[in-house]
Order: sequence, then C-alpha cells, then structure tokens
Amino acid sequence: MSIRTEEMVLNMGPQHPSTHGVLRLELTLDGEIIIKVVPHIGYLHRCFEKHCEVITYPQVIPYTDRMDYLAAMGNEFGYVIGVEKLLGIQVPERVEYIRVIMAELQRIASHLIAIGTYGADIGAVTPFLYCFRDREKILSLFEITCGARLLYNYIWIGGLSHDLHPDFIRLTKEFIKEFKSNLRELNNLLTYNRIFIDRTANVGILPLETAINFGITGPMLRASGLKWDLRRDDTYSVYNKFDFDIPVGEGKMGTVGDSWDRYYVRVLEIEESLKIIKQAINSIPDGDVTSAIPKKIKPPVGHIYSRVENPRGELGYFIISDGSTSPFRVKVRAPSFVNLQIMDELCRGHLVADVIAILGSVDIVLGEVDR
Amino acid sequence: MKSFEEIAEIIRTNFSDIQIEIKSVVKFEPFLVISSDKIDKICLYLRDYPELCFDSLVNLSAVDDFNGTKVKDEQGNETMTGGTMSVYYHLESIKFRHKILLKVITDKDNPNINSVVSVWNSANWHEREAFDLFGITFNNHPDLRRILMPYDWEFGHPLKKDYQNPEFYQGMKIPY
Repeated sequence: MSIRTEEMVLNMGPQHPSTHGVLRLELTLDGEIIIKVVPHIGYLHRCFEKHCEVITYPQVIPYTDRMDYLAAMGNEFGYVIGVEKLLGIQVPERVEYIRVIMAELQRIASHLIAIGTYGADIGAVTPFLYCFRDREKILSLFEITCGARLLYNYIWIGGLSHDLHPDFIRLTKEFIKEFKSNLRELNNLLTYNRIFIDRTANVGILPLETAINFGITGPMLRASGLKWDLRRDDTYSVYNKFDFDIPVGEGKMGTVGDSWDRYYVRVLEIEESLKIIKQAINSIPDGDVTSAIPKKIKPPVGHIYSRVENPRGELGYFIISDGSTSPFRVKVRAPSFVNLQIMDELCRGHLVADVIAILGSVDIVLGEVDR
Repeated sequence: MKSFEEIAEIIRTNFSDIQIEIKSVVKFEPFLVISSDKIDKICLYLRDYPELCFDSLVNLSAVDDFNGTKVKDEQGNETMTGGTMSVYYHLESIKFRHKILLKVITDKDNPNINSVVSVWNSANWHEREAFDLFGITFNNHPDLRRILMPYDWEFGHPLKKDYQNPEFYQGMKIPY
C-alpha cells in the first residue's frame, strides 16, 4: 500500500542561526527530501553601488569594508588596485608587501570563521571557540596596525593609512609559531572527526563542469578539483614573488567536490597563507608607505575590471570613470552572490539537515551577497 | 591563449551578417559592441568553438550611460529623455586563459536584451540584478524577478541615473 504524500513548503530564515545572516531559503519538501530550494536575498541591501556614484574615490573604501565584513582587507585591496590602474600609479614595494601580509592574515581570519561556524552548524561547538580564540589574535594584529578590528580603511589608493607598528613583525612571528600547533589541534578535533566526516562527506557534491558553468570561484571551485587561484593565474601585487601551493579537493573522505572537500581546502589554504606571510615578513623592504598617495584623485575617462582572490572567491570591481572625482559606475562581482546561486543544484535530493551542511560549506557573507 | 584581435577576427569571419564594432578608443580595455538580439547566439558560439572555449562568464554589469538629451519642463526642472543603457560581459576561458569584453547597447526607454542564461547559468542572478536595478528586460530569462529590492517595490529601478527616491514605502516615511 502506498501512502499519498504532499509537497510542503518550508521557510528557512530570514532569522535562522545557521543561515549566517539574513537569508531566506524557501524549501520545497517531499517528506524530508528536498525537491527545490529558492534563495531569497536582499534583506541587507543598501545599494552600495548607488552610494559610490555620489562620493569620491577615496570615500568608497570604507564602504567596501562593509561588504564582506569578514574579509575587509581583501575588499579594499581589490578596489584600490582598480583605481590605481585607472590612475596609472606605481606603489612602493613596501606597500605591496604589507598589503599581501594583511590580505593573507585576513584570509586566515576569514577561513577560521568559516571553519568554526561550519562545525557549530553541524553540532561541534568546541572548535568554534578555538577558531575564535585564534582569530582574535589576528584581529589584535590589525588593531595595532590601524586601530580597527573589523572595518579598517587601511589600504588607501597609492599607499596605506599607517606604516606597520614596530612590534608587528615580532608579534606576527609569534602568532605563526603558536598557531601552527593550534591548527594541528583543530584538525584532530574537527577535520578527522568521524561524526563530522559522516555529516559532510558525499554531501552536496559539486562536479567541476557545473561549477564552472555557474561561475563558482574560490575554495568551492578548487574543492571540485581545479587548480585555479587568481593569485597565481592572474597574478596581482607581488604574489608572483612568493612560493605557495594551491590546494584542491581530492575526495579523500568521499567524492571530489563534496562538502568535506570544500571544508578541507580551506584548512589547507590557511597553511599556504601562513607560508606566504612567513616569506613576506622575512623579505619586507624599507620605504615610505604614504609617498605615492596622490593629492588629487581624478582618473581619466575609461573603465577597468580589477579582481582579487578573496577568501570566498573572485572579487571583481568594474569601475567606470567619466573623468570626475567620483566613479560613474561601480559594479561589484561579489563571490558570495555568485556562489549562492548553486544552492538549488547542490541541495536537491538531500535531507533537510543537509541543507545546513551544504550552506555552511558554501560559506556566504550576506553583507556581500546583498551589498 | 589568443589576443583580443585574434578573437575579434574569429567572430568577424563567422558572423559576417552581424554588425560588430571594435572599440579601443576608451583607455585600458578594448571591447566588442554587439547588437542586443544577437548576443545569445554569439555567446553560445564563443563557448562552444573549440579554439575559444569561453567556459565562464566572469561578470555581467549593466550601466546607465546617461547620454540622452536634456529637456526642461514647465517648472524648469531638467529631465533626460532618450539615451542608451549598456551591458558589459566579461568572459574568460579557464582552459586557454584568454579574456574578452563584450558590450551590448540598448535603448533606455525600452531596454531589451536576449538572455545568456542558456549559455552560462551564472548569468541568472546577474541578469536579475540588472533587471532589478536598471529595468533591463532579458528575453527568455527563466525567472526574471526582482532580486535585491523588495518584490513589491513599485518606484522604479534605483541605479538609473534619474531615479527619484520615494517619500513613502508601504505607508512608512523614508527619511533621508
């Protein structure tokens, strides 16, 4: 005898602890099986792009901080590179090194949140606290550098707002030393935890071709098996001077491109970032970090698409200049915005509980999705 | 890896009946101008032609060019009539590592462009965003709804240069 079943629509969010912000997922269910997922976004929309059109180029920088608020350094970096290309400025070597150090520290901090909250979403609360403990140390490093802990306004067009604190290099070296053993602890606690693997391996498998067609970038794309990292493939700043690997998903615990792979790529990327920081602080040149900041910022007519590898993927700024002191148009290609589209594709056929596991592995920041 | 000129030449020889303009007067990035009803065909060709293989749409951005003629109404307020809107497509081939920028120009009063969702799924939300914020209609788009603004927003498309903020939304005063 077969029992007649009916489809049910269930709203997850906007106020749901594991949607990482205000995101509403409209789930269509058959029993506990997902048939369709429709993400509804826009709850944090503040029309960043409209703001940019009425403020001057340097004034845009604090606004970029507030998009992906977990990786503010990366956001500033991408925007500033674009404007510098429009202006044709060459920045001093020391500035580039400091920018890379900051961007990589930020990547570690951001991945720590991704990893920690991912564990917490699935039910492992302890690693979450460990991750926040380590992230706190990175935030203190930022604090002695520029006074702010989350939203920095540190990377300026043509330079930086402050030079490094005299203690910065010593403290960073201490942090790296301490953090390495913490990372081992984290791996034992979460990465190779049997329960964690059971919840994430073979869940939400993303084949490479689908990923490319959906424009997926960042750790998600690499977890599907493609060695693609803008730091190497479309190199910017001084990344070509450093030696680092690009980790890709190998399907160690299940299939290539599953949630565990996406998680594990982030863990490996933290180690690579540590490598870059180590090389950078050992070879940082001397110089003045404010010497190349232009007095008047008025780029010539033209347009530019500049992009950087942010912790969540490719962050692109399409800037159009009409020759005045404020941009004519700024379009942001936010990695989370593009990556979130894949939810329906990934969740179909899984259980409701897996939606949380998949959403956590996509790792979105709603401030950036909605802009 | 192919240069911009080589890619442009391939498109030219294969689409001789379509008007394609190459512009590099603007500094920095050269681009191809393509008519709005042919963009989907050209994109499909660019994706599937084995020597080009543009498998990824990196970015799609709409722009209000704000180039119409200024008209003064009876109260002396200046308004803009006519003009164009443009959509820029940044394409990239992950296989060959070459890039190209396409531009489609459409009429501002009735913006209308063929959708490229059938070519790249990543265009879906980008086009919805362009529809939401600029009012550009993408023909054959599977799900053309507002995305960032509320679904019941009836005061137009905010990224247009001549957009006016409403005073009230659902009975609530909007302070500025």
